[in-house]
Amino acid sequence: MKDVDIINVLKYEAVIGLEVHAQMLTDTKIFCSCSTKFGSEPDTQTCPVCIGMPGALPVLNKKALEFIIKTGLTMNCKISPYSRFARKNYFYPDLPKGYQITQYELPICEHGYVEIAVDGEIKRIGIIRIHMEEDAGKTIHEGEGNYSLVDLNRAGVPLMEIVSEPDIRSPREAMEYMKKLRTILRYLGVCDGNMEQGSLRCDANVSVRPAEQKEFGVKTEIKNLNSFKFVEKALEYEIKRQVKILEEGGKIKQETRLWNSERGITESMRTKEEAHDYRYFPEPDLVPIIVDQKWIDEIQASLPELPDIKRKRFVSEYGLAEYDADLLTSERPLADWYEEAVRLGGQPKAVSNWIMVELMRLLNEENKSIEGCTLKPKQLVDMFKLIEKGTISGKIAKTVFEEMYKTGKDAEDIVRDKGLEQISDEAAIDKAIDDVIAMHPKEVERFRAGEEKLIGFFVGQVMKLTKGKANPKMVNELLKKKLS
Amino acid sequence: MELTELTITQTHEGLIKKEFSALELCQTYLARIKKEDKKISAFLTLCEDLAISQAKEIDEMISTGREIPILAGIPSAIKDNILVEGMKCTAGSKILENYFAPYDATVVKKLKSQGVVILGKTNLDEFAMGSSTENSAFFPTKNPCDLKRVAGGTSGGSAAAVSANFCLFALGSDTGGSIRQPASFCGVIGLKPTYGAVSRYGLIAFASSLDQIGSMTKTVEDCEIVFDLISGKDEFDSTSVNSNSKPQIPNSKQTPNSKFQISNLRIGVPKEYFVKGMDEEVEKVIKGAIKKYEEMGAKIEEISLPHTEYALPCYYIIASSEASANLARYDGIKYGLSKVKSQKSKVKSLMDAYLYSRGEGFGPEVRRRIMLGTYALSSGYYEAYYLRAQKVRTLIREDFNKAFKKVDAIFTPVSPSPAFKIGEKIDDPLKMYLSDIFTVSVNLAGLPALSLPCGFVSIVNSQKHAPYRPPFLEKGGAGAGPKVNLPVGLQIIGKPFEENKIFELAKIWKH
Repeated sequence: MKDVDIINVLKYEAVIGLEVHAQMLTDTKIFCSCSTKFGSEPDTQTCPVCIGMPGALPVLNKKALEFIIKTGLTMNCKISPYSRFARKNYFYPDLPKGYQITQYELPICEHGYVEIAVDGEIKRIGIIRIHMEEDAGKTIHEGEGNYSLVDLNRAGVPLMEIVSEPDIRSPREAMEYMKKLRTILRYLGVCDGNMEQGSLRCDANVSVRPAEQKEFGVKTEIKNLNSFKFVEKALEYEIKRQVKILEEGGKIKQETRLWNSERGITESMRTKEEAHDYRYFPEPDLVPIIVDQKWIDEIQASLPELPDIKRKRFVSEYGLAEYDADLLTSERPLADWYEEAVRLGGQPKAVSNWIMVELMRLLNEENKSIEGCTLKPKQLVDMFKLIEKGTISGKIAKTVFEEMYKTGKDAEDIVRDKGLEQISDEAAIDKAIDDVIAMHPKEVERFRAGEEKLIGFFVGQVMKLTKGKANPKMVNELLKKKLS
Repeated sequence: MELTELTITQTHEGLIKKEFSALELCQTYLARIKKEDKKISAFLTLCEDLAISQAKEIDEMISTGREIPILAGIPSAIKDNILVEGMKCTAGSKILENYFAPYDATVVKKLKSQGVVILGKTNLDEFAMGSSTENSAFFPTKNPCDLKRVAGGTSGGSAAAVSANFCLFALGSDTGGSIRQPASFCGVIGLKPTYGAVSRYGLIAFASSLDQIGSMTKTVEDCEIVFDLISGKDEFDSTSVNSNSKPQIPNSKQTPNSKFQISNLRIGVPKEYFVKGMDEEVEKVIKGAIKKYEEMGAKIEEISLPHTEYALPCYYIIASSEASANLARYDGIKYGLSKVKSQKSKVKSLMDAYLYSRGEGFGPEVRRRIMLGTYALSSGYYEAYYLRAQKVRTLIREDFNKAFKKVDAIFTPVSPSPAFKIGEKIDDPLKMYLSDIFTVSVNLAGLPALSLPCGFVSIVNSQKHAPYRPPFLEKGGAGAGPKVNLPVGLQIIGKPFEENKIFELAKIWKH
């Protein structure tokens, strides 16, 4: 598609709503006790219930219910005291029963919102509902033959579907919203947020309207958005596509479109006329879900501190900059690591600096997250003590830190084994300075003639001679004394 | 007395007194089935090896002097829509003709845990849809009281097996009368328990909100023994309920003089259940039975269940809607009859595979109900059919709630006619549906109800196999055929989870 004139796009406003599917991190499936582990041999995590054997019946996993209530409370939803499951009927080989058990008329969570920050502005995105459902199996189309294979390990894995209000106005906001959901879900420990493995996926409803118009335009639904980047790219493409049609005097067809990530375009999948009639009706095999307020209160009380609140607290309690606080609270384990180091006596700003500069660099080099990090907060704090005592210099500390990170050894052992103690013995430093002065008579002359910036050169030479171990403060003082 | 004519308690006593062994007992029953079932066709599968090994285990227990449970060694039959691990489970359908059950239904697990001997799987209407067992994809079951007549349905095989002394008890399932009506036709006891009293796990679903498994026996005592074992909360069926809190009739154990307590009971007789078009002889037998209860001291009151006339359409919409989803799993992909790999070139796509597998696998009545249910749930029709039927269901339930404020139990006929002739109604689905007119309300309201044989109607069989004529017209029949006595069942409906009260009422019946 030819790019639409940017001016034309600006004449329109996009209206976007997202349906996000998140796989819940329960150990077992939603209606049976099969494992939910990812990546096992096909059909090894199945039973009569999840493969739809005759006579088998579903029983709700209480953990899944707890997880969705946690999520609902966090996203400011009303938790329904009475909700129901429904059957969504359609035929497909990866749907063993010929219907999916989901929630339709009476979802468990309704009327919530989350807040996102876009260019420093806080914006509230409404949540229409969050409901529970079972995942289908996985259809694999591979090989030469005219067949497909089905793996039913995923059939019955619990999902929650989070449906937003059409409050999102740009692809950028959509991405920020997705990121926010991911952070919350990961904080709560209810979803691992892994978009590559499909534990977090999203469909987008999008329409455009002239900027001054109140009514929504005709929408399309885009399926299969399995990365933040795709959410943004697919929406950008689709908005341009719709604007172009309207600008050329055409009409938008209500349809379902599929994002083709290879070609970077959305393609028509089925029109409104071809849409399924799912014939929803209440699931008679499961009793209505009745949640008492006492349990909701208990879950509420057990909720962890959420990123927005934690960030504000980090700024006020530890005097951190907004940016630093934001990064440190982006993942709960990272925030926990930080606070543990501070609790053990680390100076809050110093701990923040070491994490942001050194630790993040080392983690990023290995593409690792804080959860996979063997370095413990206590080791960082112990290293700080060595700096304070003057045993090592701040510069040497960087070497020590990297060694700690890589070997898991404590700072003290590294310093001892590698002989990295700082030299604070005046006689030893004097000797090194004398050697440097003797080796560089020309520079001494120039310095004495007034070229004072050469002091840096001498410090460097002394440090080189002492392999960086000389106490820099003492080197500075003694050098000035000797050279003047 | 013949071994096969004993009750459960008598058989149990014979076993512990070593008058006969469990193996002898089992072999006697198996021999009788092999000899006599050719005429009746109650069984689809015999589980001979399983039965013999189960019987041997019980003999082992007895010989080592261990105490055995009341049902140990008792020969039974299981309707072929209830799963017994390793045995075929067809649901009476071509689509499951070669399906072997991969697990035991909860009720079967319970039977096995008590040492019950499972002789075989009994015939039924395909997926328990029908009223005569003629919808079985394999063969119809004949009524042991008159081989020209149907055994009723859908648990016709189970009813006939009990009636013909092929087993001491059988399990059936009841969605709209499928235990009670064949029990009535074959002259045996049949209980449809309260919805939720018995686990449905391992029962091939027809209509999930209506289906219940129940016991079919020769005596009320036997029925109670089996019900006590199979009932209770099951963690695999979330609609099952713990009925430990079963209300008991006060002092029922201590006072053998039942006349005394029955005078405390008020029995409701709904006027809507005695309508024109009903077989007059059946009506006479039922009214006679009610009169007998009155003479025994019960207070009989006429009551009204005003929404009765809507029960049948309401039932057929709800049951078919649920069935349309429940039967979606038979798609030729995972198990059962499949045309996926059909050599015929006509199967070219996934849709073809579905259409041909299901089209050939399901019989006409099942296809009819899937279509009916699919239609009733479709967008644009849902409100007018499914939702409206659910509202009617609530009204029917409220009718019973109101009635039960005044009475302790309700008496009605089980069926408007005695067993009809094979072939008589099979081509007229609506006439067939009318056989369920007195039984479906109980399922819609989730209540327990028992069919109690309370008399016979005498019928002269015409020699020729006539096309359909209402049974009551045949009474004075032109032909000079032999006279047969056909059993009639009285339906005793109780309050939810008051099966015990129903049993007590049924026990005091004397022929």
